[in-house]
Amino acid sequence: MPERIIVPFGPQHPVLPEPIHIDLVLEDEKVVEAIPSIGYIHRGLEQLVQKREYPEFVYVAERICGICSFIHSLCYCQGIEKIMEIEVPDRARYLRTIWSEYSRLHSHLLWLGLFADSMGFENLFMRSWRLREKVLDVLEDTTGGRVIQGTCKVGGVRRDIGQEKLDEIHRGLESFEEECRDLGHVFLNDTTVKNRLRGLGVLSKAEAYDLGAVGPTARASGVEMDHRETGYAAYGDLGFKPVIETAGDCYARCAVRLREVHASIDLVRRAIEEMPEGPIDVKVRGTPEGEYFSRAEQPRGEVVYYLRGDGTKNLSRARIRTPTLTNIPSLVKMLPGVQLADVPVVVLSIDPCISCTER
Amino acid sequence: MTLQEEQTIIEVAHPDLLREVDRLHADGYRLVQIGCTDVGGIYEINYSFDKGYHLKNLRLKVGPDTEVPSISGIYWGAFVYENEMHDLFGIPVSGINIDFKGTFIRTAKKYPFSVTRKGEDPCQNE
Repeated sequence: MPERIIVPFGPQHPVLPEPIHIDLVLEDEKVVEAIPSIGYIHRGLEQLVQKREYPEFVYVAERICGICSFIHSLCYCQGIEKIMEIEVPDRARYLRTIWSEYSRLHSHLLWLGLFADSMGFENLFMRSWRLREKVLDVLEDTTGGRVIQGTCKVGGVRRDIGQEKLDEIHRGLESFEEECRDLGHVFLNDTTVKNRLRGLGVLSKAEAYDLGAVGPTARASGVEMDHRETGYAAYGDLGFKPVIETAGDCYARCAVRLREVHASIDLVRRAIEEMPEGPIDVKVRGTPEGEYFSRAEQPRGEVVYYLRGDGTKNLSRARIRTPTLTNIPSLVKMLPGVQLADVPVVVLSIDPCISCTER
Repeated sequence: MTLQEEQTIIEVAHPDLLREVDRLHADGYRLVQIGCTDVGGIYEINYSFDKGYHLKNLRLKVGPDTEVPSISGIYWGAFVYENEMHDLFGIPVSGINIDFKGTFIRTAKKYPFSVTRKGEDPCQNE
């Protein structure tokens, strides 16, 4: 039996934008066990609900993550609105959907770039991020912020998008979609990429479901689960079907995200075409009393906000379960059997967001 | 349109926890999360499960020093939440499949959300 050695992966590693540590137990170059640990940047943000008034906590929720920031604020606001029985105007629901999908586009293109970088495909990395800039331009144009939008609030949204700007975004989607198609063609058809990703880090459908995997990690293994199907924001009006792949390997996880880019473009297009007229917020009175598990679909999967109010201006509890936290067990199952050189690719394939995990 | 999603909360007694979790597992429920709330000095632990977007929560109330049995023998991925529960709230959890013994979340201050052990008194899982 070959000698076993332990190689520490992270917390600082060229492919990791944020710190996570994994002890890799190796036999020669093959991983036989992976033991993760986190907590290098734990901020204890959940406890801030007891010090910030409930409408102010939206800003804290949005700063949990720099990538899916808008969906954090949306999920929080939705939970408070449910507890306080607030009916959000239709136009606000559609605007929330547009910004959510732009967040997803921004996140997926960022991930595609990082994923290409983890394979050493620098040109593809730069192409992905150049496309991402176009998404950030729209977010900045419509909200004033590239990564932190600050537009969601309890009872609706803070900013409207004028018809002229909506038309401009709609016109821009055609060429943007074409460029995304070209980018996807390289990811899915390049021989080197295919050879590198196919059959790597396989997670079966049964394993993905049993381990509680969410988002593209679960959908790439054939688990048909996407919280947008429940119809929150304007997804119920627009109609939505999850993107599914079945191979469960790194290639399938990449394919799901690429196809979701096109699904997001389609949702934005339809949201603009069907945008209702009317107010963008309602006046909110009172304080939340009650509890609710609010859920939304982030780029990395389902996020859960457990919110509990006792009738005062501060919530008594906010427990935030982020997608990366629940995808860690799946990662632990994917790594055994993988060669050491492929570990960065497999780790990135779950799109780990440590800021979210260390909320 | 307000979100209408079915959610139920069922209170469970300490000795019944594993049996109830096992039943949900057999029914095809997915483990969504395990979360703790400090309610006036005692902990309310919510075990959330989902099937077809129906969220079912088992709610267990325990004192700060009560040892909670691990459900990681039923849901393998539960070790993440149980180690988190131990490292942040200082709740002892027995029988976790991957027990980090307080080193999963490396906070500067031990058990930062604990009502009795904040920053002190190590609590060791058995």
